[in-house]
Amino acid sequence: MAELVFFLNKVVLAGLIIGSIYALGAVGVTLIYSILRFAHFAHGDLMTTGAGISLLISLLLVGAGLDQSSLAVYLAIPLAVIVTAFLSVVLDRIFYRHLREAGVKPVVLVMASIGVMLMLQGLVRMIGGTAARDMYVTGASKAIFRIPVPFADNRPLVLTEPQLILIVLTVVVVIALHLFLTQAKLGKAMRAMSDNPMLARVSGIDTERVVRATWIIGGGLAALAGIMLALDVSYKPDLSFNILLPIFAAAILGGIGQPYGAILGGFVVGFAETMAVFNWAILLRPFKDTWIGELGLPAQIAFVPTEYKLIVPFIILVAILLSRPTGILKGRVL
Amino acid sequence: MKSVSTATRDLTLVGLLALILVGIWFWLGLPFTLRMLVEASAYAILALGLTIQWGYAGLFNAGVMGFVALGAFMTVFLSYPRNEAFWQSTLPGELGHVLLIAIAGTILVFAATRLTRLGASNGFRTFVALIVLALAYLAVMRGLDPVAARIESGPGWIGGLGLPVGVAWIGGGILAGAVGYAIGRICLGLRSDYLAIATLGIAEIIKTLLKNADWLTRGTLTVSPLPWPVPSANELGFVAARSAFLCVTAAIVVIIYFLLQRAYYAPWGRMIRAIRDNELAAAAMGKDVNRRRLQIFALGCILMGIGGAVLASFVTIFDPGAFVPLNHTFLIWVMVILGGAGNNRGAIFGALLVYVIWVMSEPAALFAFERLAQLGNQLFDWPIPSDLSARALQMRVFVIGLTITLVLRFAPRGLMPEPVRHVA
Repeated sequence: MAELVFFLNKVVLAGLIIGSIYALGAVGVTLIYSILRFAHFAHGDLMTTGAGISLLISLLLVGAGLDQSSLAVYLAIPLAVIVTAFLSVVLDRIFYRHLREAGVKPVVLVMASIGVMLMLQGLVRMIGGTAARDMYVTGASKAIFRIPVPFADNRPLVLTEPQLILIVLTVVVVIALHLFLTQAKLGKAMRAMSDNPMLARVSGIDTERVVRATWIIGGGLAALAGIMLALDVSYKPDLSFNILLPIFAAAILGGIGQPYGAILGGFVVGFAETMAVFNWAILLRPFKDTWIGELGLPAQIAFVPTEYKLIVPFIILVAILLSRPTGILKGRVL
Repeated sequence: MKSVSTATRDLTLVGLLALILVGIWFWLGLPFTLRMLVEASAYAILALGLTIQWGYAGLFNAGVMGFVALGAFMTVFLSYPRNEAFWQSTLPGELGHVLLIAIAGTILVFAATRLTRLGASNGFRTFVALIVLALAYLAVMRGLDPVAARIESGPGWIGGLGLPVGVAWIGGGILAGAVGYAIGRICLGLRSDYLAIATLGIAEIIKTLLKNADWLTRGTLTVSPLPWPVPSANELGFVAARSAFLCVTAAIVVIIYFLLQRAYYAPWGRMIRAIRDNELAAAAMGKDVNRRRLQIFALGCILMGIGGAVLASFVTIFDPGAFVPLNHTFLIWVMVILGGAGNNRGAIFGALLVYVIWVMSEPAALFAFERLAQLGNQLFDWPIPSDLSARALQMRVFVIGLTITLVLRFAPRGLMPEPVRHVA
């Protein structure tokens, strides 16, 4: 049983956590892709920026005299999300709007987003330095929950405080996003514009307002994902490409323009990653003393060594592009 | 811009560049200027590769770094002296055994994809093919891991083949072109964004592979010194050796330039531009859009492989960790879009100009940041961060990004725009 708990910890829980991060990022990418019609390459660095802003705010809060354990850290999260959402609207104003109005090819917008990506990357590292940092600025340690499992020889399920918050927040975000897209007028306008921008414009939808809403949602979720990832591990300023590929894979897997698909895709990519690096030989260990063990069990059955983890989202991406470019939930192939 | 003729404009820009180079020559000496010029000409080969992908055909390659790294790896593998300790042992045979397993696995997977010929349904075919693929993969990995571990503990790595450097450069081009062809086959039928994502991914994966496969590349231990195609600095002295190397790279750039120029004005080049400017019309005229794109994408990747090989030979050290998207992808992007996409002269000019600015910006950024930090320290009592130089270099990342966005907005056709010929 201990092996099974190990499996649950290493594959199911870890997949759930990294999948939530990917899902939050992929929702933003898929919305931006379907409404503004370009792949937003700056998304990974927007996540890092969000985490950096959160770190900065919590430092400021502590400096202002708020030093109650981890309160400053958690108080900084909503503030940083708002600031990043606002920042992405400003970035759109400065860098994308003119190109959009000039009617350039979508690929030029992709290039512009790479420019923005480099600028964010440079700024974040210039201000915050290039080293990894602990998000818990007050030195508070994360609470660790050990959930005992029956018949498991004292091997509990392990979940840390930020991981629990992340899972709860992801559920809240998914429900809120669903209600927004199906009930609110602005959400309906967004879906209309993603389906047919011309028709949306002639039916009187304020497209600039929809664009603003897209950036607020996309930027806010990116910041949330970045902050939670940094809380879970640590704040790393060199995340960008390593997180970009799984997020794009998740968005394309779910179908471009399908927020639910992006969430689904995020979890699929997350679980695929943890399953690919897991050493499956561990699950065979209980059979060591039975006749199966006589056959000679290999010590190591992992599909991908951990350092090649990036191959997993890439293979998913290639496979989906080859077999079903519309994604699971029938998105668009733009 | 309208009133200035193309020739005058080009001459002015080139004259300005020459003036800057002469200034650097007097300021920092001839050996430094030569080194910069050789590296800049290697970058010019890369920029030519990108300008045919982006400028001729509108293909977005965000993974130039991967092809550069492949070219560099190939030049190590082909031109580095043989590692006799490896060839004397039994390990080459064992490695060949793994290769045979891999070939057998490939044949089996290929056979499985052909099951439909025997009347199997599509779903069943895919299912069987995937299972065969997974088993073959595990078999190869189980064979390779112990051999790789023994190579690493014994002779260290497999070493090179000791072939002439020219052969190695061509080999680098071929390997990069082959990988580019495979990527293009998958992504070129779809919109250009997907190509960008896929190339970005493949570049990171190539880098990870080269970095971790110690038995093949020595990984982070790095390989040096790589042989030069001309006598090295020890034999001739810095100036003569670098001048000789510069002659070789300049000759390569000129040859590629003339070939590309011919291709651009040939019917083939016209067809490529027609596809870029109006895909539907070109397809309606009976042009095989995807095949042409694949052709030009592979061609661009070949040039990138050669450029990467030249660069690695010149710096004489192969360090997989040194390949970063910033230097080997986005810097080249800036060269191409600033110089003028689709204009070969523009690409070469952009490569030289941007590389000179890039090299010069490093001391400039360090100097500016030190001054700023001191000023902040004196006026406001700010502490000077210990990683100041690492931070100062991030300034260049910011400037590269800013340049991309500014050029896209204010000079989308670059400093030397693609000439548009009007037929009366």
